[in-house]
Amino acid sequence: MASADVIAPEKSRAAEVSGATPPRGDARLAHAGKQSVQMRVWRGGAAGGAFEDFHVPAQEGEVVLDVIHRIQATEAPDLAVRWNCKAGKCGSCSAEINGKPRLMCMTRMNSLPTDEPITVQPMKTFPVIKDLVTDVSYNYAKAREVPAFKPKPKGPDGVHRMYQEDVDRVQEFHKCIECFLCQDVCHVIRDHDENKAAFSGPRLFVRLAALEMHPLDDNDRLELIKQRAGLGYCNITKCCSEVCPEHIKITDNAIIPLKERVVTEYHDPIVWVYRKLTGQKRGKLEAAPATTETDPHR
Amino acid sequence: MTSFDATPGLVVRDGVGPAFAEGGREVHEYDVIVVGAGGAGLRAAIEASARGVRTALICKSLLGKAHTVMAEGGIAAALGNVYPEDNWRVHFRDTMRGGKLLNNWRMAQLHAQEAPARVLELEEWGALFDRTQDGRILQRDFGGHRYARLAHVGDRTGLEMIRTLQQHAVHKGIDVFMECAIQRLIKDGDRVAGAIGYWRESGKLVVFRAKAVVLATGGIGKCWKITSNSWEYTGDGIGMALEAGAELIDMEMVQFHPTGMVWPPSVRGILVTEGVRGDGGTLKNSLGRRFMFDYIPDFFRAETAETEEEADRWYEDKTNNRRTPDLLPRDEVARAINAEVKAGRGSPHGGAFLDIASRRSADYIRRRLPSMYHQFKELADVDITAEPMEVGPTCHYVMGGVRVDADTAATRVPGLFAAGEVAAGLHGANRLGGNSLSDLLVFGRRAGLYAADYAKEHDLPSLDQSAVEGAGRAMVEPFDRTGGENPYAIHADLQDCMQDLVGIIRNEGELTRALDELERLKQRLATVTVHGNRQFNPGWHLALDLRTMLTVSEAATKSALLRKESRGGHTRDDYPSADAEWGRINVVTRRRAEGELELTTEPLPEMPAELKSLFEEKH
Repeated sequence: MASADVIAPEKSRAAEVSGATPPRGDARLAHAGKQSVQMRVWRGGAAGGAFEDFHVPAQEGEVVLDVIHRIQATEAPDLAVRWNCKAGKCGSCSAEINGKPRLMCMTRMNSLPTDEPITVQPMKTFPVIKDLVTDVSYNYAKAREVPAFKPKPKGPDGVHRMYQEDVDRVQEFHKCIECFLCQDVCHVIRDHDENKAAFSGPRLFVRLAALEMHPLDDNDRLELIKQRAGLGYCNITKCCSEVCPEHIKITDNAIIPLKERVVTEYHDPIVWVYRKLTGQKRGKLEAAPATTETDPHR
Repeated sequence: MTSFDATPGLVVRDGVGPAFAEGGREVHEYDVIVVGAGGAGLRAAIEASARGVRTALICKSLLGKAHTVMAEGGIAAALGNVYPEDNWRVHFRDTMRGGKLLNNWRMAQLHAQEAPARVLELEEWGALFDRTQDGRILQRDFGGHRYARLAHVGDRTGLEMIRTLQQHAVHKGIDVFMECAIQRLIKDGDRVAGAIGYWRESGKLVVFRAKAVVLATGGIGKCWKITSNSWEYTGDGIGMALEAGAELIDMEMVQFHPTGMVWPPSVRGILVTEGVRGDGGTLKNSLGRRFMFDYIPDFFRAETAETEEEADRWYEDKTNNRRTPDLLPRDEVARAINAEVKAGRGSPHGGAFLDIASRRSADYIRRRLPSMYHQFKELADVDITAEPMEVGPTCHYVMGGVRVDADTAATRVPGLFAAGEVAAGLHGANRLGGNSLSDLLVFGRRAGLYAADYAKEHDLPSLDQSAVEGAGRAMVEPFDRTGGENPYAIHADLQDCMQDLVGIIRNEGELTRALDELERLKQRLATVTVHGNRQFNPGWHLALDLRTMLTVSEAATKSALLRKESRGGHTRDDYPSADAEWGRINVVTRRRAEGELELTTEPLPEMPAELKSLFEEKH
């Protein structure tokens, strides 16, 4: 963490005004022998904004969030940024780094080219509140639309028996840290605000798949999945899976099985006739067979 | 969700003009407000709401981002799924012994008795724990627990717990105020009447009028430099409760988790779950020695393995072998690592080696500890399936906090309740791993229940307008100053002070110096200046948080100075052993009307004979 001996803002401003030119941050570098980086951080609010350049030291092993914190401590104390755990577990510090949706706390500085400025800007899909902080209430509103988990009765011995192989698939979805990077990258809403009303987005599809494949769940969400969640908008380009910091196979393991379910339930004439004849209600989603891709993190 | 700016707020300041305008205030009225939305706050809100009272949940971050999300290893509950011989009495005994018997016995009893039901309830709400072969909830070994007892989901149990509670809560008609930071409690005579805070987004002040308030605000770890805690852990609830007339106990009891990351510098302090040792990992020094065998205290000697062979057999056969010293309670392990590093036998970056790579298969490690694998790979370029980790102590948890009634979670202030890390008593001088998540559930539920009962029996209190206005003015005051200090600089110096002078090993000289330094920091804080406007301004937020951080730091330091012995999370090198007299005493902190802290000692509640007898049994 930056401490009190880092250049005071007054000092750096004075240097600029007097034309004594060294980029801000250099005095510390000179005696500490640390690498200087040029950060180009978007600053502004709902009414607009612009990139602002900061020259700051970066130490070995640091991540983008460390450097953002140094900017806060030394040059821009009101720079707005969300963060909590700083270990990739809470999903608060989502942003676009050099144009890519990433967690700032899990993006190592040494993984980025330093011969040009590193850009950090807020997620594009959500309205900007200030600087790197966006209004993600869309995601919470969509989450409220999902019918709650409803458990089946316990077994005769008073225990919910579930086997590891039955919960593995759902546990993959439960890894979601709600960073909303999948929502950010999704082209259905990224450039089309008008689609938000009718589209819940990949995060919510993961949530729906988790509920639908939950061995104990007994609720019916088919209407939501088919209609209001807008599953049909997704044309499985897998952008969401690529940005997921938890490496959840969103498209293959959540979205495609949900789409198959909708097809089976709504468009399969045999299923329709069978249900008419037997009076059986709509069934639950079977866990799809594992995809051929293997997740290196499991 | 309540719409953020639907209610007209206070006059928005942009650095100039009057701070407070009559009449334009945003006020919300509830039966119960719960401050903090980690495990305890969510569980309290769910319970209060289920009792039919209007409930609001107010949190500083977005919902689902609270500290609970970072909990890794598991939830301790004597379900007996892996070892049928486990039961609440064994869990109770382990908790009390882990806490060096400074615990409130009644809280430890309720906790051990109710934890299994609270875990099963989570399953009923959709949580998916790892499973045993016969399809029940799997339980894992952890430090200080006699049997494998922690229900878990890999090493991301906290995420499963908070998400389950969050998703359950949003369907219960609870109003959630996200990114709303509560700063002061407001009283009506003796009883609590509500609270005032600000919206982070807009910087507007907001007032809550409520019959009962539950504090579930977590701990104080952000006062230390090397910490596993996030920016949120600034002691808000402890400071507010103290100011409102509640008592604190045992604030000197701070847990340094033995295994935080030590390299690279930017990740120093980030937690490495005790589950690594629970699943077979061992600590080694630079000579390759499993040094924990050299640090077995007499208190735990009878139940701890003396040889590596016995320790290794224990993982498979707990009946005929004793527990590995790698899983001694956290205070013991943290001191041992500290001592090895001081003796020159540390790892290259000043920690110890934590080795699971040579003891378990890569597959097993990746399956049991996926987020540790990920964390070390991405942040430290270390493959934990192939090489040892470097770890060292990190400030993790405060056992001390707001004094509460064991059964009802009520503080001494009528209408004010506290649960989770903000409350004290359950963990005594040292918390066992896994007992925090169960604490949140057991006492979160109790706080919600008794707050709802209280609300049903009382009318809405009236708000003291002058107190509201005074608090509001104080909150925006830093904008009026110019040329003062940067809050980040004061925070960095506070963290250095607490790290260097009120750390794992303490003594009178250093603690006295810390008090002097805290006094200087208070004076510096009085001049703190913030830049920019009130909209989402982290510099301003930190300037406000520093006030409570300094208060809780002072309470911790003064308590540490008073307790002249070493016990659990409190080690004095000038009083190196535990003292039987001090072992029967709580250090109590109150705030005098003029503002300064007053410390006294009081005897612990007396344990009934039938529980005492549990400690006389041979292990």
